[in-house]
Amino acid sequence: MKNLPKNDWKGVWAVAEFHNGLLMPVSLELISKARELADKLQTETVAVVMGHGLKESVCHALLEYGAHEVQCVEHEALAVFREDVFAQILAGLIRLKRPEIVLAPATHQGKAYMPRVQTLLETGLTAGCLGLDIRTEDRVLIQTRAAWGGNFFVNIICPEARPQLVTVSPNVMVARRTEATGRIGHFQIPMDWLSSSVQVLESVEEKQDEPARLTQAEVVLVAGRGIEKRENLKLLQELAELMGGAVGATRAITDLGWLPEYTQIGQTGVTVSPRLCITFGVSGAVQHTVGLRNVEILVAINKDPAAPIFEMATYGIVADVNEILPLLLEKVKKRRYSGQV
Amino acid sequence: MAQVNYFLTEEQQMIVELARKIAIEKILPVRARLDETEEFPWEIMKDLAQSDLFGIYVPEEYGGIGKGCFETCLALEQLAYGCIGVTTTFAASALGGYPIVMFGSEEQKKRYLPDIASGSRLAAFALTEANAGSDAAGIQTSAVEDGDYWVLNGTKQWITSAGEAEIYTVIAMTDRHKGPRGATAFLVEKGDPGFSFGKKEKKMGLRASSTREMVFTDCRIPKDRILGKRGQGFIIALKTLDFARPGIGAIGVGLSQAALDEAVRYAKQRVQFGQYIISFQAIQHMLADMATQIEAARALVYAVAKTIDADARDIAKISAMAKLFATDVAMRVTTDAVQILGGYGYMKDYPVEKMMRDAKVLQIYEGTNQIQRNVIGQSLNKEYSNV
Amino acid sequence: MFDMLNIAVCIKQVPDSKTVRFDKETGMMIRDGVETIINPVDLNALETALSIKDRHKACVHVLTMGPPSAETALRDALSMGADQAYLLSDRAFAGADTLATTRVLAAAIKKIGTMDMVICGNQSVDGDTAQVGPGLAVRLQMVSVAYVDALELLPNAVKCKRMNGYGHATVLVGLPALFTVIPSINTPRMPSLKAKMKAKSAKIPVWTALDLGLSAEEVGLTGSPTRVLNTFVRSFEAKREYLEGDAQTQVAALCERLVAAGVL
Repeated sequence: MKNLPKNDWKGVWAVAEFHNGLLMPVSLELISKARELADKLQTETVAVVMGHGLKESVCHALLEYGAHEVQCVEHEALAVFREDVFAQILAGLIRLKRPEIVLAPATHQGKAYMPRVQTLLETGLTAGCLGLDIRTEDRVLIQTRAAWGGNFFVNIICPEARPQLVTVSPNVMVARRTEATGRIGHFQIPMDWLSSSVQVLESVEEKQDEPARLTQAEVVLVAGRGIEKRENLKLLQELAELMGGAVGATRAITDLGWLPEYTQIGQTGVTVSPRLCITFGVSGAVQHTVGLRNVEILVAINKDPAAPIFEMATYGIVADVNEILPLLLEKVKKRRYSGQV
Repeated sequence: MAQVNYFLTEEQQMIVELARKIAIEKILPVRARLDETEEFPWEIMKDLAQSDLFGIYVPEEYGGIGKGCFETCLALEQLAYGCIGVTTTFAASALGGYPIVMFGSEEQKKRYLPDIASGSRLAAFALTEANAGSDAAGIQTSAVEDGDYWVLNGTKQWITSAGEAEIYTVIAMTDRHKGPRGATAFLVEKGDPGFSFGKKEKKMGLRASSTREMVFTDCRIPKDRILGKRGQGFIIALKTLDFARPGIGAIGVGLSQAALDEAVRYAKQRVQFGQYIISFQAIQHMLADMATQIEAARALVYAVAKTIDADARDIAKISAMAKLFATDVAMRVTTDAVQILGGYGYMKDYPVEKMMRDAKVLQIYEGTNQIQRNVIGQSLNKEYSNV
Repeated sequence: MFDMLNIAVCIKQVPDSKTVRFDKETGMMIRDGVETIINPVDLNALETALSIKDRHKACVHVLTMGPPSAETALRDALSMGADQAYLLSDRAFAGADTLATTRVLAAAIKKIGTMDMVICGNQSVDGDTAQVGPGLAVRLQMVSVAYVDALELLPNAVKCKRMNGYGHATVLVGLPALFTVIPSINTPRMPSLKAKMKAKSAKIPVWTALDLGLSAEEVGLTGSPTRVLNTFVRSFEAKREYLEGDAQTQVAALCERLVAAGVL
């Protein structure tokens, strides 16, 4: 929107994602980041949540993770997802309140409605940001994203147009719990904001395709022979879930049948390209490591200091995997739930 | 680096690109699986149908592209680069359709060619029998007139796409005592009463191609199913093979090229004795001979195909040469490719052993290479008769 | 029942990811020796339109915003069976972000005529923002449904299945509408020789900003609210930093580093 002067736009918003009665974790990650940005800008942060059946606890959680204000947009018509309706409402709210920055989840939903919001407001949108920071001299948001499937990084700014819109993927930002001291507002939606020629006939829940998850995951944990016992895999799987990652394996493990074949990473398996890969008891034979070529940060844990995996690791821990795993699990649990390490 | 320039027209270049695209994107990824399971490549036939390639040789008024032998060879060469089992399935439909183009009545052309050109129905050609391979004149399948019908009895052997194709050009005996004029060509359709198929044959190679017996037990077909005139059977068969043989040569060229590419690529990355093996003279000489033979085969096939398209008469000799030379080259080149890959070449994980197994049939079908030599020899005899 | 359906398909010519390399010094993509292809999922979008045309009377219009060389992409689309192609090309279009891009695409579509349906691929392999489709819909005052993997034309509406991040939803939409499709929706058909031959001599209009009635401020870099500050390539050198101490210490050190790197 070019009409209003840039400085009239204040505040950092985070759009939450609410589905099937649950507030999705990405919402907490975004409001925490929004709070961080708002603090740098010395302004307030608002969490917007749209849906049906929004309980007080949902709004409260958003306050707990940093929102100064929660705009609760509750309506029956929002029980199902329709991008035209969600975009209409969000754009309407933005026009009313004029935030300078809006963060939305880069989920299927966010990616479907944000470009509509962008175009309705004639402003800039940067999708899939991996980093956000404030350029203090002019309050401009520096938006970092990857292109070409993660090989290439770009810093983008939207210097003039407002608001500055961005979407952020789940598991990129960190949710930080603080004191819940904000206020909750309930927004009454004008009827014409809900009109749509889209009718949702039915919605079916499905678990994501597991093999696809592995190759698309941003975090991959790999089980190698050093795991020693099948039972120890449980800890690894728990850790993976906590980190929002996927579990991969070496051929040794899949040959034993401890994990399905599609988890096998390597020459005769899949190649993964996560930001973070932690290998547990993996020796680093070439046939396996060829599937780890594109890993950004590789952590190798193996009790054999001569294991070839250490050659290609960013961080190496020479120790018994089964000593490290439980400790690592504890630490990550603490971080996930309290924002501390 | 200059390659031999064959001065293709834009349209010919399009055919090459399209066929190559299908070979790389559709055939290459599945060829090993098709070889293993012997499944019929229906999906690829659909892609070929979509591409209009089934109609290369069919006149435009019947839904085809109206091109000739050369364009057919261009397409076959590129498809063969992927897999010659799949390519043979495609080519067999041309073998069954070409007689209709050459000898069919207006009504027959209208009835069969559009479907063949669009790939919605596959065609096949049936001449060979258990006791009549090279000695085609020895066929036993008979066709007898019975009122408004012809009744066929007998068994054809090793027919490509038998069972999957829907339109068959069948050569049967109508007047045994008339020698060369004793056979007649008929159009038989899948579903005709008394027409059935034997079990699928298990082959050394060409496993994506379906090969079966065809059994005629008092098979009744309407009178209008006669193709051409009574007694023209062997002429139709020979003329069809004359047109088709360069195509087999083209298949040999495509297969050889694929084998050469694998061999060079391997030699450039295999290290033994501290060197890439391509730097050893023994390997280089093998590759050099392979590459040169392939180019010579290609040049011969192309030249012959163009001559045929220029309405040459008595093309038996040159057609046989194209088939003979290119298929012998294919056998040598694929065998050498396995040799260059060594132990790896022998393993099914690598594509060359299949290529070698596939190559053998090229020297056998559509007239064995011994028969091709007969044809050439006899032709020379005739040509030089005034010396 | 729909009479003649006019369907617009937007395609983009992108560098073939197999041939793409990056200059570590400048952080830019190396343009030499890079082959271009049609963005793969755009072929799925085109196939969706062609599948509709197989069953209903329809006219499939393909358009692309790009340099003059993008014409080959349009001819490839015509070779698959599209009816008309349009190239939107102007130096002024360069450097456009998605907002400026959709202005150009929308102007072109309006210039072609009234569309019943617009189909796009959900995202491109180079930018992968997934923004153009839904943004374009807004400019055309159309509803958009993204992540479609099944689409069926009913007598008075379109029924489609779309991914919503938790599974699938079956959605009924009245036309006109814009759909962005994902690769699993179909397998793009092979080009046909007949169509390829027609495509060779097809007339493809080239439209500039002037032809589309757009001013310099509305297009290209000038018309883009966002701009690139800088680009960089991350080189994954094996740091090989060993974390010492007892298990507790090692884990603590690891977590510290992972948090600093922003992956934990």
